[in-house]
Amino acid sequence: MMASSRRWKPTQFLLNNSTLILFLVVFALFGLSSPRFFTSENTINFIKQASYTGILAVGMTFVLLTAGIDLSVGSNMYLSAVISGMLMRSIGLDVIPALIVALLVGTLYGAINAFFIVYLRIVPFMVTLSTLVIGRGIGTALTESQQIDLPERMASFGQINLLGIPIPIIVFAIIVLVSYLILTRLPIGRQIYAVGNDIEAAKKAGINTDRVIASVYIFSGFCAALAGFILASQVIRIDRSFAEGREFDAIAASVLGGTSLFGGVGNVFGPMLGAILIQMVQTGLQFNQVNLYLQPMVRALIIFITVFFDSLRESNLAKLKRRFIRPVEEAGAMLHDPPEVKGK
Amino acid sequence: MTTLLEVQQITKAFFGVAAVKEVSITLEAGQILGLIGQNGAGKSTLMNLIGGVVQPDSGTMLFKGASYTPRNPAGAYHAGIAFIHQELNLFTNLSIAENLFIEDFPTRSFGPLRLVDRAAVQQRTKEMLAKVGLNLSPNLTIDRISPGERQLVEIAKALHLDAPLIIFDEPTTSLTARETERLFTLMNQLREQGRAMIYISHILNDVLALANSIAVMRDGQLVTQEPRQNFDVKRMISLMVGRSIDNLYPPRTAAPQSQTLLEVDGVSAKGIVENIHLTVKRGEVVGLFGLMGSGRTELARMLFGMDSIESGSLTINGQRVTRFTPRESIRQHVAFVTENRREEGLLMNISIADNVALVALPEFARTAFQVVDQSQMRDSARHASSILQLKSGDIVQQPARSLSGGNQQKVVIAKWLLANPAIFIMDEPTRGIDVGAKYEIYSIIDQLAANGSGILFISSELEELIGMCDRILVMSRGEIFGEFDRDQFNAETILRAAFREEGDSL
Repeated sequence: MMASSRRWKPTQFLLNNSTLILFLVVFALFGLSSPRFFTSENTINFIKQASYTGILAVGMTFVLLTAGIDLSVGSNMYLSAVISGMLMRSIGLDVIPALIVALLVGTLYGAINAFFIVYLRIVPFMVTLSTLVIGRGIGTALTESQQIDLPERMASFGQINLLGIPIPIIVFAIIVLVSYLILTRLPIGRQIYAVGNDIEAAKKAGINTDRVIASVYIFSGFCAALAGFILASQVIRIDRSFAEGREFDAIAASVLGGTSLFGGVGNVFGPMLGAILIQMVQTGLQFNQVNLYLQPMVRALIIFITVFFDSLRESNLAKLKRRFIRPVEEAGAMLHDPPEVKGK
Repeated sequence: MTTLLEVQQITKAFFGVAAVKEVSITLEAGQILGLIGQNGAGKSTLMNLIGGVVQPDSGTMLFKGASYTPRNPAGAYHAGIAFIHQELNLFTNLSIAENLFIEDFPTRSFGPLRLVDRAAVQQRTKEMLAKVGLNLSPNLTIDRISPGERQLVEIAKALHLDAPLIIFDEPTTSLTARETERLFTLMNQLREQGRAMIYISHILNDVLALANSIAVMRDGQLVTQEPRQNFDVKRMISLMVGRSIDNLYPPRTAAPQSQTLLEVDGVSAKGIVENIHLTVKRGEVVGLFGLMGSGRTELARMLFGMDSIESGSLTINGQRVTRFTPRESIRQHVAFVTENRREEGLLMNISIADNVALVALPEFARTAFQVVDQSQMRDSARHASSILQLKSGDIVQQPARSLSGGNQQKVVIAKWLLANPAIFIMDEPTRGIDVGAKYEIYSIIDQLAANGSGILFISSELEELIGMCDRILVMSRGEIFGEFDRDQFNAETILRAAFREEGDSL
């Protein structure tokens, strides 16, 4: 009874699982064109390379869920890495203390964004666009535009493998799991969804919306610093253009993963897949020796396709949100599958 | 019997206009107070004052014998007043259970963290849903349940606060007859438990059936509060009307002609409007009256092509409309003066002239590059403004924002005049503007009709429709529920139709 009353709708299924489907299709296509692509070595490699984008995307997802945006994460990665890197060089700070310094800087960076957005009521786009410019400016001033070469111990930290799994992937996995826990099991996680769905209603429901919004920018700052440190441990030097423009990869990965730019819709596993997908495309294009200049366009095309899916999903939602004047007895059945309980 | 809530001489004005003026009401524990009045009578403002949504300018409130001054909605419900708004405040992306507990989840310890106690949430949600008779899984997200079910979830949410006073603002608009009955049973149970309720509804028979006492409001003031026994539907309506109409309206200068401009044939959209038939003739002013939420605005938007319709047809000037878009409507010489000037009708920060020229802009485009002929555009804008006697400075310099409400409305009308519309759809054209400016808007409407335009005049102020229209259609619950010619105009009869008081069980 229950199964038969549930109509399977192909379009709905496609829209809701677009990331996973796209992921599998792209993976299969590259694999067919180049069998070496399927090797576990290669797979681990591109997941490793996707880790820092993934961490960034998870932080970005929190912000996007509240219908905000954080453009400053690339600069945050740079500034926090610069400060911790300089301390490693000048006073010989060890890796873990340097990581803590980077995380503190990144979190403070996020807190500054939060302050302007929550207390001064400036739109997130403008606030984070400004801190994007300012953050990189401070970093460039500190280094006088010089490249920082990180010490050997940082390089060996970046090469750590646990049970054959590189450290960036482990950190990435931990961040995804912790974020999943926050979003689904903590009260604030559910309140983030509420704020993104309808901020006025959230206020009326007695939710401290300022606290919710501030915390997502602070968390995004924390994730940015973590991502910056991971990237630094891989490339071992920080130059002026370190992590420049990474905010767009993060937004793309998040939206690719089903996060709505309109707020309230998304989870952390989608952006995780999205980040890996973006990296996989990059690697796959290199494998297939696609013209270097065409590569950004192919990436852009994939992002465009998924954003297009997002808007389709959104207009579908808009139809469901229409205000009803007349009682519609069969509204549940008309709009969506009937609730299971009724079938019994 | 103890007095639970006492409102004394409370006043609240918005921008100098009193929405609630020196109103006093009292409510005993274990009683239901029915609150009735026309749209704009001040019912919602009064409830917003009690619910902490807005704060009074003067007057006092006593709740449970102590002074009560809520600073926000949270303050009101902590004091023990639950408010079920007409517009639902549910998060469509969250489950029923999460909606009920969003501001205060039960938690359990997990190391240093306080996790949401899902088992407790499930259990308590099931109990709460059972109270309102909803047999749904707590995990269903709100966007998967029907409007009526959403309303009941909202009610369940209010109940779980154990508030001694519950305010219901039009709770039955999206409920089916069965759900409504269930709600009333529940309200009676709550009353037996000693809780007090304020019940606002346009369905007067429901108010009579439920309430212990009834308060009637009109123009922001309390007309009377008396025990239920003193009322019947007829008396309720006559207390709600009672306003005289002298010299508020200009005389109509021309009679309608025979040619039909707009013909709407069986327009329907599920859950919104049902089988709408109406015609507007050349030179005719047709009033469309209905209570809040009766579907007037929704119908207007559909006729102009802003929202989609599911069946039915539209004929403009003898031509059947095939593509429903605002652009097509403008091409067919239909004008739409929206209900909401600030958000939809005007670009507040640009000049009056540019606003006026907006709709007709393509007509001023010159050469292959479609450059706008500025001087001609401004001349036309000036001409339109002078016809409407717009009171402003230089219309090229002055932004629309700086005008008074009445003059802003004239700019909206001027904007459409340049496009030479044959049909005007005007949604609440006099909302929020003063009496003098209203008279000028009425004169403009009369002139437009005399010049051969057809006007669909939508309003929730019955008096102005009676003053200006050749014919009045009454809308109720998304249907046309009555039609009156000028010689049949009678405020009470029309209002009764809007309330569906004739031969209808709802």
